[in-house]
Amino acid sequence: MPEFLSWFIEPFAYPFMLRALYAALIVGVATPVLGTYVVLRGMAFFGDALAHIILPGVVIAFLLGWPLVIGALVIGIAAALLIGAISRHTDIKEDAAIGVVFAGAFALGVALISTQRSYAVDLSHILFGDVLGVATSDLWMMAGIGFVVLVLIFAFYKEFLVLSFDPNLAATLRLPVSFLHNLLLVLLAAVIVLSIQAVGVALVLAMLVTPASTAYMLTRRLPTMMLFSAGIGVVSSALGLVFSFHWNIASGPAIVLVETVFFAIIFLLAPGRGLLARWRLAHARDAAS
Amino acid sequence: MPHEQQANVQQFLQRPSVHAHDAEPLEVHKLSVRFNGVTALEQISFTLPAGTSAAVIGPNGAGKTTLFKVIAGTLSPSSGAVKVYGEQPGGHVCIAHVPQRSRVDWDFPASVADVVMMGRVRKLGLFRWPTRADWNFVQAAMEQVDVDALAGRQIGELSGGQQQRVFLAQALAQEAELVLMDEPLTGLDLPSQESILAILKDLKLRGTPVMIATHDLNLAAEHFDRVLLLNRRLIANGPPQEALTPAKLMEGFGGHVQVLPGEQAALMVTDTCCDGEDDNA
Repeated sequence: MPEFLSWFIEPFAYPFMLRALYAALIVGVATPVLGTYVVLRGMAFFGDALAHIILPGVVIAFLLGWPLVIGALVIGIAAALLIGAISRHTDIKEDAAIGVVFAGAFALGVALISTQRSYAVDLSHILFGDVLGVATSDLWMMAGIGFVVLVLIFAFYKEFLVLSFDPNLAATLRLPVSFLHNLLLVLLAAVIVLSIQAVGVALVLAMLVTPASTAYMLTRRLPTMMLFSAGIGVVSSALGLVFSFHWNIASGPAIVLVETVFFAIIFLLAPGRGLLARWRLAHARDAAS
Repeated sequence: MPHEQQANVQQFLQRPSVHAHDAEPLEVHKLSVRFNGVTALEQISFTLPAGTSAAVIGPNGAGKTTLFKVIAGTLSPSSGAVKVYGEQPGGHVCIAHVPQRSRVDWDFPASVADVVMMGRVRKLGLFRWPTRADWNFVQAAMEQVDVDALAGRQIGELSGGQQQRVFLAQALAQEAELVLMDEPLTGLDLPSQESILAILKDLKLRGTPVMIATHDLNLAAEHFDRVLLLNRRLIANGPPQEALTPAKLMEGFGGHVQVLPGEQAALMVTDTCCDGEDDNA
């Protein structure tokens, strides 16, 4: 086997690295695919906030010995609906309502953690992920959630498409707009829970928006955008783990950095829309005139 | 206070209602809309018979977009009633409401064919994917408005006139029986305007009533059977020569109209256009 290939494969001889790879791949597919809607609907701030809001849910579940996923999902869904209610029933703008709930819940989460003795260690796991510590039982649950999320995205594809393109059209076509919107929020909470294992609360946003934004520059069709987004997510997750193994970098940030490098490359070089292509076009115009 | 109306899940699971065709396509009765105490529309009543076209004119903030939203059933009125083919608009999927071009996200990753197919999403129903018959329907709709050659293009790559025609194809794919268009000709060159007017005429002749909102009095007078002069209240409603009298225009546009005295009184409306009309107007 060529040496450079074994460099990529070698880390996964360790069972914990292999489990980490599976976890990262699940996250790398499900989160970027849903992320396309986050990017198209301009929900990036909402996604980031939801990730922080989920913190107390994770902590409470941890303290009670429940699966973290359950606590996170419950809090995430409750918060998503609460934000909707606050902005609907008061004059407060939605982003401010998100801010209030976001900061309050995050503070509650950190306060709860700080009552525990092993405060520093666990907080960093939740903030920056602990994909190397994924247990086999976690994996099954992650695979289950990821699968359900993808099935729902597929099942409601055309409805989500219309809702994202033009909410007014969705209403004129008598689609159940608020049901679909809430479903999207629930799916968002679910992929955030998945991503927290891999990259942590602080970096979930990258999984949601970076691959999808990169894909957005490469195509002008939604299905292709989802496919590219998942592809970038998967490759970044695997490469990030390899780099983190060899260079001794925390795995979550490593994954996110690889995604960011992909984004930077595409931003510069994307055919037709990249910086280079735009510069060339402008240059050609100057030369012509 | 009016609220954005949302179809509930129950409704979504039922088949869309089929309407009685002996009823008037559109009947608006004493319709009023208030936003937080501010009146946007007051006591509007009119009917639109089958096979007619109407232009709604009025200054910015006159309530044109609000009126269309209520008719489309996406906004509920504070009082009064709208009946489309004899029933409340809420149950219908036969109303097409083409938004102003400035309201559309033209960078959205969708091709022309994708956008036209969106018109059929509700008819397809839950968990069903478009069949060959649906794609044929979409193809026929695109051919009718002459955008079939652009089917694979991303919508942002089209000219303004082509974009507007794509939305008309979407309305055809929706099998719309009442077409509402917000400022469809704003910012288009003359040939594009002509081609869209031709399509609207064609729709009308096949019995589908068409209503557009516009700032352009000439256009309204030349190409539409009826003119509705709106400024929160319905000031005039009738054939162009009856609706567009100097007195009525003065009332509708207020200080923005100047009547130049002369042998044949000439009118100037100095109200400027268009994209600024906000959601609550």
